[in-house]
Amino acid sequence: MFERFLNWRMNYVVVLAVIVFAIPLVMENPFYYDMATQIAIIAATVVGLNLLVGYAGQISLGHAGFYGIGAYFSAIATTTYGWPPLLAMIVAAAVVGLVAYIVGRPILKLKGHYLSMATLAVGFIIAIIINNEGQMTGGPDGMPVAPFSLFGWELSSFGLYSFFGMAVPGHVAWYLVMAVILLIAVILAQNIIDSPLGRALRSIHGSEIAARTVGVDTARYKSLVFVISAIYASVMGSIFAHFSGFITPAIASFDYSIVLITMVVLGGMASPMGVILGAVALKLLPQFLAGFQEYETAVFGFILMATMIFMPKGFYPTAVNFVRGKLRKSGGEA
Amino acid sequence: MAKKSLMRRVGVLAATLTTSLLVSAQAAEPIKIGSFLSVTGPASFLGDPELKTLEMYVEKINEDGGVLGRQLELIHYDDVGNASSARNFAGRLIRSDQVDIIVGGSTTGATMAAVPLVEQAGMPFISLAGAVTIVDPVKKWVFKTPQSDRMAAERILWDMKRRGFDKIGLISGTGGFGASGRKQTLAVAEEYGIEVVADETYSPSDSDMTAQLTNIRNTDGVDAVLNFGFGQGPAIVTKNYAALDIQLPFYQSHGVASDSFLELAGGAAEGLRLPASPLLVPESLPEGDPQKPVVQAYKEAYEAHWDSSVSTFGGYAYDGLMLAVQAIEAAGSTDKEAVREELENIMGYVGVTGIYNMGPDDHNGLTPESFRILEVQGGDWVLVE
Amino acid sequence: MFSEFLQYLFTGITIGATYALVALGFTIIYNASHVINFAQGEFLMIGGMGTVAFMGLGIPMFFAIVLAVLLACLVGIALQRLAIAPAKNADVVTLIIITIGASIFIRGIAQVVWGKDYHVVPSFSGDEPIRLGGAVLNTQSMWVLSIGTVLVVALILFFTRTLIGRAILGTSMNKLAAQLVGVKTQMVLMLAFGLSALLGSVAGVTVAPITFTAYDIGILLALKGFVAAALGGLGSGLGAVVGGILLGVVEAMTAGYISSEYKDAVAFSMILLVLFFMPRGLFGARTVERV
Repeated sequence: MFERFLNWRMNYVVVLAVIVFAIPLVMENPFYYDMATQIAIIAATVVGLNLLVGYAGQISLGHAGFYGIGAYFSAIATTTYGWPPLLAMIVAAAVVGLVAYIVGRPILKLKGHYLSMATLAVGFIIAIIINNEGQMTGGPDGMPVAPFSLFGWELSSFGLYSFFGMAVPGHVAWYLVMAVILLIAVILAQNIIDSPLGRALRSIHGSEIAARTVGVDTARYKSLVFVISAIYASVMGSIFAHFSGFITPAIASFDYSIVLITMVVLGGMASPMGVILGAVALKLLPQFLAGFQEYETAVFGFILMATMIFMPKGFYPTAVNFVRGKLRKSGGEA
Repeated sequence: MAKKSLMRRVGVLAATLTTSLLVSAQAAEPIKIGSFLSVTGPASFLGDPELKTLEMYVEKINEDGGVLGRQLELIHYDDVGNASSARNFAGRLIRSDQVDIIVGGSTTGATMAAVPLVEQAGMPFISLAGAVTIVDPVKKWVFKTPQSDRMAAERILWDMKRRGFDKIGLISGTGGFGASGRKQTLAVAEEYGIEVVADETYSPSDSDMTAQLTNIRNTDGVDAVLNFGFGQGPAIVTKNYAALDIQLPFYQSHGVASDSFLELAGGAAEGLRLPASPLLVPESLPEGDPQKPVVQAYKEAYEAHWDSSVSTFGGYAYDGLMLAVQAIEAAGSTDKEAVREELENIMGYVGVTGIYNMGPDDHNGLTPESFRILEVQGGDWVLVE
Repeated sequence: MFSEFLQYLFTGITIGATYALVALGFTIIYNASHVINFAQGEFLMIGGMGTVAFMGLGIPMFFAIVLAVLLACLVGIALQRLAIAPAKNADVVTLIIITIGASIFIRGIAQVVWGKDYHVVPSFSGDEPIRLGGAVLNTQSMWVLSIGTVLVVALILFFTRTLIGRAILGTSMNKLAAQLVGVKTQMVLMLAFGLSALLGSVAGVTVAPITFTAYDIGILLALKGFVAAALGGLGSGLGAVVGGILLGVVEAMTAGYISSEYKDAVAFSMILLVLFFMPRGLFGARTVERV
């Protein structure tokens, strides 16, 4: 039984589910929920990005651009034009998917640093447009966003809801909703990884030429996964916009793209748990480092550098290998 | 080696965290002033003097016996000029640190990102940022100490009109400050009968603005040029302006009202005008000016304490803190609704930036006249109005 | 009309020469190790801020520059020894993150040691600009251009005529083969980082009178330098220079004739367009991909 669980490809999803639903037991105040919800949003984003970076081995330094389009499309459609949030989110995802498809085709022919350059350029162009079209987007100072609502039911982190007769404050409700969305995002990603598409992607990561020789349509699969990861970013951008209530172009910036890719690499590429941990680490670090005052920047850079030097595969795979090694050793003795 | 020191860091971190939690649990007495400022990052020239001012005056007030007999405790975070982290730190101040009032928000983006939280939590919030959107429309819990960029635009256009300029060239940064300043300038120009005939922008990371200035110079009938922006950009614009040998009168915004701008721009700044707080020219203020003693005292105290020259932006924090203290004293408690009401009732408070007359429909309380028009002469600020 | 064009051209060349100098720094490290060093901008910052700091101690400008350049070289070598060498088998993305971490770390230290203010570095030969056909050109731009030219020529000679230079190139093409013929590859890599830091810091001092200098100036310059290097073709010295100048001129022309708001967007679109048709930039090596 336990053996079967250990070998089940989705076992970590159960672990993750237990963790996310156990977290409320240790939450001290609404601020913790606020951070946890944001972590879940960003974690779901990097789970999508990981499909592209971790499995297909393609670098994107412009993914915040897609996140930004999702966020701004939702913000403008709901706040300025009064669209229902869910509709706005879906249309935004479709638009982002289309944009990613159009730019992805030619861009993904590029390799290595040239691909980073091209994705960086795409991200920058998106950020510049958001920044400059102040009439619509509020410009560099940002714009407010209406709360999320569905069929007249509004989800605000300051509201109060009842759930099977239990009183649930808004910040807890938001967290629970986001926890479910994160789990869905992870399960979806795992299904993609296990599909023929996932196998094709891994073969591309190994050697693109070899993959092409054995008949894998590499261009098609690469642009498909690029679109999928962009849609992940767009949907999460939309959700973040409603959750946050206010967005600025910084969420579409190059800096933010770097943050996203760092989460993927720091926690462990090609491992959903790893990238989620990467998101947790990078999102919480500034809160912990706030005590270092003027040394904050230096300490942050140091931690980032040191982690990558000593754990180039990311800290989750490194830790798992360490534990597995111990287990095997003790198992061998017994 | 490095691994070990990393572990030690984490250990120290955990220790500091636990102690700080313990300390805050024991001392429930002090009045908690929360703050999030852009102490590092591109807007550090705002956040740095602001934090220094807050630290210094909180200490000073505590030495003098505190407020309502209680000590002040300053809890501050660095938002690095990033609106999302500003929002998170505002959330932490409200929900985790449970402060009594927030004085902070160096940039408009950071302020506006915190506004939804502040409004929903019902937390008195005094912003130190410029754009008019912060207080227009009025938000119940949000106040601000700097004059709005709209007022700066009005003051500049007023001086231009007085000197008989009808057509102007505008160049602005695409950062928050410049973009908002540009919008306000275009909006109020018509009221003053001034036409903006050239409208150029530059990005905050640009290292040369000669092309944009050439365009302005070659536009027919330009009488004067205005640059709205902050950071090092305006200093580069000023140098390029001089290098191109453009003879038209040149205006900058209050975004560069600090001595470091003069240092950067050097001789190229000669003759330019800008609206600024009287803080830059305390000696030239006439004897009867009610702001003179306040401004002088702040300048002396700041420069003696920090050994660096005072800036307009630190003055915003001074006024923010003093308004908070005054409101808490008037309310007789830290009850948030009462403090908010008292903030709204403030009349005739003489600050470093200007004289504040708040009201239910004015959460800034300043008039454009609180801006003094300064001119750079002989490498120093001179009061012309 | 013509004077306008000339002015945009001069401006473009001034900006572009700055980008080109930064791009050259990327090129050296890329040539030796195929790493894109995102801490390249920090070398420029050390050049500029170091000069300001040493001048503040009363050291004459020339010696202050020498000291700042030495300091940058030390940092460059330390970066290779302590951060890049231990992670030798890491992925490209991992190396990118390491250099990003290093750049944040160096910047953080600089901010604590040197403060957050912007500083002026005096022009090498006065502030009076040169007037030519109704347009003006800063003398400092001439310095940037001439130092850039000298550095490019020196680099080309170094890589083609000297043993060490060839060793660096050899290491880049095939590390194992280079080791077999007796090249100490670790030594070569260290040298490449030192050299790149030298170049970066010289560039940093040279452009500082135009751009000013501060602890975070590296972020702004490095990004454009990377763009210029990719546009010209990674690894090509000539490409770095052409890429830099081209980028600068396109920016200035767009700002002049089309829209200053969208000049960066136009520049990035141009790069995309170039890469669509020339996937290795303008002058990039057309090596065969290994299976």
